[in-house]
Amino acid sequence: MSRNLIIGTALTLVFIALAAVSFVWTPADIETLDIPNKLQAPNATNLLGTDHFGRDILSMIMMGARTSIAVALVAVGIGMALGIPLGLIAAARHGSLLDELIMRGNDLVFAFPSLVIAILITAVFGASAINAIIAIGIFNIPVFARLTRGAALPLWERDFILAARVCGKSATRISIEHILPNITNLMIVQGTIQFSLGILAEAALSYIGLGAQPPTASWGRMLADAQTLVSIAPHTALIPGFAILLMVLGLNLMGDGLRDWLDPRIRVART
Amino acid sequence: MTRYALGRLTSLIISLIVASVVIFGVIEVIPGDPAAFMLGVNARPDTIAALRAEMGLDQPLVTRYLDWITGLLRGDFGQSWTYKTPVSELINDRIWVSLPLAIYALILSTLIAFPAGIYAASRRGGAGDITIMGATQLGVAIPNFWFAMILVLIFAINLRWFSAGGFPGWDNPFQAIKSLTLPAIALALPQAAILARVMRSSLLDMLGEDFIRTARAKGLSRRQALWKHAVRNALIPVLTIIGLQFSFLLAGGIIIEQVFFLPGLGRLIFQSISARDLIVVESVVMLLVFTVIMVNFLVDLAYAAVDPRLRTKA
Repeated sequence: MSRNLIIGTALTLVFIALAAVSFVWTPADIETLDIPNKLQAPNATNLLGTDHFGRDILSMIMMGARTSIAVALVAVGIGMALGIPLGLIAAARHGSLLDELIMRGNDLVFAFPSLVIAILITAVFGASAINAIIAIGIFNIPVFARLTRGAALPLWERDFILAARVCGKSATRISIEHILPNITNLMIVQGTIQFSLGILAEAALSYIGLGAQPPTASWGRMLADAQTLVSIAPHTALIPGFAILLMVLGLNLMGDGLRDWLDPRIRVART
Repeated sequence: MTRYALGRLTSLIISLIVASVVIFGVIEVIPGDPAAFMLGVNARPDTIAALRAEMGLDQPLVTRYLDWITGLLRGDFGQSWTYKTPVSELINDRIWVSLPLAIYALILSTLIAFPAGIYAASRRGGAGDITIMGATQLGVAIPNFWFAMILVLIFAINLRWFSAGGFPGWDNPFQAIKSLTLPAIALALPQAAILARVMRSSLLDMLGEDFIRTARAKGLSRRQALWKHAVRNALIPVLTIIGLQFSFLLAGGIIIEQVFFLPGLGRLIFQSISARDLIVVESVVMLLVFTVIMVNFLVDLAYAAVDPRLRTKA
């Protein structure tokens, strides 16, 4: 295992642990306001200080980790659940009208920057964490569809697939039983990368008010609240930013590490 | 080449038509009647009906779509319901903030990424390479709006070199460019990190090619081979990424505009969403998507012009 993989996995696990612990315990209750105690710098009672309502920032970060992880995870799930089957179908029916339609559809979604998709969705349904998930999820579909098709196409030329066809297996069965297991590693690596992009996208959407709504804690919202306070209480802006940075960095390092670890060819080439 | 270009042109037109139908369709299924929204809860049904007729909302969907699309083709983006001015005027006021910002960021990103990527590739495995690659990992992970806040904290609040936000207009070009500098840096840095990585790996691929070995065999130094042969060829994939980045920069500007209170297209979109001024949202989104599709089309053509293999493949 490479250093990247170890550091990345460790960082990611720290945030997952923070989010998990927040279900049973946080250092303070974030729904009660304590105005006299507002904008405290980090100290012994509030390890990461307090915000403009006197809420404990460490507790907010823990609850925010939950929102970030949930949004990004479900968005990646949507992308995989729809994108991988589309990619498999396109590859199985390579060159057909269906293939062409799927790929052109992908191009079209790609032409809408993810933020624009989010704006359209919130314009229609209003701002919420669910709509942020849908917006990020839609953008993930073509990513997985393209990757799946690209990886599946060369597999269809291989002898073991030919053997399966000779045995009379249908294209659907071959896709599920033979193609899918061979592209799983690739999907895991891409999933990690899309997960980190999802964390960034959720933070950005919440920051501009299109994502999670109060009282749901979110790192992006914390940054939006901190914006006008940055000169008097810089810690309110610095801490959520570092949380996003470290979580994304962890996932990216883990993705890089996983790619090297899961693909023996790269492992050999690197040494 | 002509055949390839024609093929791309056809798919460009189809993409634009489908995109316009999708945008129009999404906006039209919005729950809530804009006319009722504008008049408030106490409005009488006949007043609402009159306003609906005035806004053209009583027309069939297809008629409204065709009106909208033929208007767009003539440069007529319709009339804003809240501002009571043509949408094209609203866009025209703001595009001179958003577009220069995206171009400024693209230039910065390229200026940072090219030297960094080339240097890292030429010192592969060395301390310089490792430092630059480490920096790009950070650059990719930094949320650009947070980085923008940090820039404000350091350069506007503490050092007072720049103003923390706002835009003075183009009457004084120096001040205008100055006020776009921090936003452009914030937008450019994460993109520069990606571009530097692409530049480095593309160069490393090239350095392994036979023609580089030939160049070295005929007596060129490593550095000469890199500059004379590898860099030029490595630019081909980099070009595509730059094209893709332009759309990221244009859309990403929407967020950065919020940090710096810049009166650009992003602000216009948010104000229009909260005022339910759908014709503005519709037209601005269509304009953004049009720009992205056009840029990708031009990049494809440029790509084919540089790389003849693509033309025959298509």
